[in-house]
Amino acid sequence: MSDFRTMLAGFPYFNISENFFPNLRLQDGHNWAEEFIQNVVIPRLPEAVASHFPVEIGTVLVMFACAGVFVGVVPLLPLVLVLAERKVSARFQNRTGPMRVGPWGILQTLADGVKLIFKEDFIPPQGDKLLFLLAPYIIFACSFAVFAAIPFSEGILVSDFNIGIFYIMAISSVIVMGVIMAGWSSNSKWSLLGSLRSAAQIVSYEIPLGLSILTVVMLVESLSMQEIVASQSNGVFSWLIFRTPFAFIAFFIFFISSIAEVNRTPFDLPEAESEIVAGFHTEYSGMRFALFFIAEYANMFAVSAIAVTLFLGVWEGVLPGYDILGGFPGFVIKSMGLVFLMMWLRWTLPRLRVDQLMNLCWKYFIPIAFFNILGTGIWGLIFPEDTVISTSISCAIIYIGLIAAYKVAGRGIAQRPAPQPS
Amino acid sequence: MEFTLKTFIFYGFALMTVASALIVVTVRNIVHAAFSLMVTLFGVAGLYVFLQADFLAATQVIVYVGGILVLILFGVMMTSERFDMPIQVKGHIERGQLFLGGVIALALLMLLLTVIANTPAWKNLTDDGTELPPTTARIGELILNGQFLLPFEVVSVLLLVALIGAALISRKEVRD
Repeated sequence: MSDFRTMLAGFPYFNISENFFPNLRLQDGHNWAEEFIQNVVIPRLPEAVASHFPVEIGTVLVMFACAGVFVGVVPLLPLVLVLAERKVSARFQNRTGPMRVGPWGILQTLADGVKLIFKEDFIPPQGDKLLFLLAPYIIFACSFAVFAAIPFSEGILVSDFNIGIFYIMAISSVIVMGVIMAGWSSNSKWSLLGSLRSAAQIVSYEIPLGLSILTVVMLVESLSMQEIVASQSNGVFSWLIFRTPFAFIAFFIFFISSIAEVNRTPFDLPEAESEIVAGFHTEYSGMRFALFFIAEYANMFAVSAIAVTLFLGVWEGVLPGYDILGGFPGFVIKSMGLVFLMMWLRWTLPRLRVDQLMNLCWKYFIPIAFFNILGTGIWGLIFPEDTVISTSISCAIIYIGLIAAYKVAGRGIAQRPAPQPS
Repeated sequence: MEFTLKTFIFYGFALMTVASALIVVTVRNIVHAAFSLMVTLFGVAGLYVFLQADFLAATQVIVYVGGILVLILFGVMMTSERFDMPIQVKGHIERGQLFLGGVIALALLMLLLTVIANTPAWKNLTDDGTELPPTTARIGELILNGQFLLPFEVVSVLLLVALIGAALISRKEVRD
C-alpha cells in the first residue's frame, strides 16, 4: 500500500526532462533530479556502465525517493500538532493534559500511534469493501500532494508550477470525493450524514476561498508561488495583507473559510460528536482511522502555510535585509501561529447550526469577496505601482477600520443585558 | 516512434482514461460508476498537461471532480429509494434506448473524426524545443481583448440563468 501512496503523492514529480511538461517546470526551469543523476551519480560509475545508464528512469527513481522522504517526514507534523492540540485544550479548560508518557507527556501521541497500529482493522461487512479501503488513501494522498507547491524556504520548494496556487485549489477540492466515498461505503447513517454535510460545506466554502485567493492573484498578477514570494520580499509592509485594505479583508475570509474547509470547530458539523458520532469516519478503526487523523492535521498545517504564503510574506523577514521571522524557521513560526489561532477558536467557540453556516457563507462571505475583487481592481487603477504612498494609505485605512470595528463590536457587547445569576 | 519514458507515462494516462471510462459505462452500481468517472476525469486532466494546457487541467479537476461529480454523487445518494438497498441499474435495457444511444455515440464519433481529419499540421509541441509562455496570460488576453468576449459573456449569462432557475425550483413556498 505504501507504494500506492508514494505514487499518488508523487504525482506532481512526474517532471522528466526539461521539455517534458513545459508549463509545469521546476524551479529555475531545470530539473534537480536529472542534474543529481548527471553530476553526482554518473561520474561515480565505471565507464562501461555510465554510458548506458538510463538517465530518465534514474530521474524518476530519484523523484520517487524525494516523494518518499516527503511522505515519511510530513506525518511527523501531526505527531506534534495532536499533542499541541491536547495541551492547548487542556490549558483552555484549566487541566494539565497528557502527563504520563514521557516528560510532560510528550510521547503520548507516539503511544497512541502504536495503539492504533495494533487495533483491529474492522471493515463493515454490509458496506462497500473496495471503496471503504480506497477512501482513506484518496484523502491522505490529496492532502499530501498539496505540500508539493508550498514554498517552505528559499531552496525548499518541490515544484514551482506556473499555476501553483490553482494547483493547490484543484488538488484540495478532490479531498471531498474521499470524504463522500468513506461516508457512503461505510453503510452507516452517521457516516452518510456526515459525508453529505461535509460535501455541502466544502463545496460552499470553496467559493469565498477561491475569490479571496483571486484578490491576491490580482495584486501579484501571477498564479506562480515563486512570483507570490518575490512580490513580498520588501519587509513587513510589502506583505500582501497590508498592500490594500481589500487584501486585509480577504485574509480573514480566506482564513475562516479554510477552517470550514478542514472541518474544524466552529465548523465541525461533518464530525459533530454530539449529533452524528464521528461523521464520515465513524466506521473506521485502527490505522485507517489514523490516516484520516493524520490527513486532518496535515491539512490544518497546509491551509495555515497557504495563508502565510498568500498574505503574510511567506519566508520573507519583517525587515528588508534582516532575517527576523524569515527563512524556514520564520515560515514555520508564522504557520504554527495560525495553527494555534485555529486551536484557540476550536476551544473557545461553540458549533454553528447548518443554517448559520450557510448564511455566513452565502450571505456574507461571497458578497464581501466580490466587493473585494471590485475594490482591488479599482485600487489597481488608482495605484498601478506599489509605492510608499499607496502602502501608507492602505495601512491608514486598515487602522481606522480596525478601530471602528472595535468600537462597533464593543458597543454591541455593552448593550447586551448582563447575565443574571441563577 | 521512439519509446521513451514520456510515451510510457502518456500511455499510462491514456489507459487510465479509457479503462475507467469503460468501467463507467459497464458497471451496474451507479456509485461505482461515479467514482470510476473520477479516475476518467483525472486521466483527461493528465492528457491536458501533455498538451501544455496546465490551466485547463487544473480547471478540469476543480470543476468536474470537485464540483459536478460531487453534485452527481449527492443526487444519487439523496434519491435512492432506501438507504440500505444497493443502488443499481436495471439489468434490462430497452431497445429504443440502445438505438438512440448508439446513434448519438456514432454521430459524436463521426464529428470527432472529422475534426481530427480536418485539423491541418499536427505537430509535436514539445519536440522542437520551444517553451511556451504560461497559458493563463494568453487565455486572459483572448477572453478580454474581444476575440472571445461575446461567447464568454453568453456563457456567463447562461450560467446565471441556470443558477436563478435552480434557486427558484428549490425555494420553499412561502405561505402567508
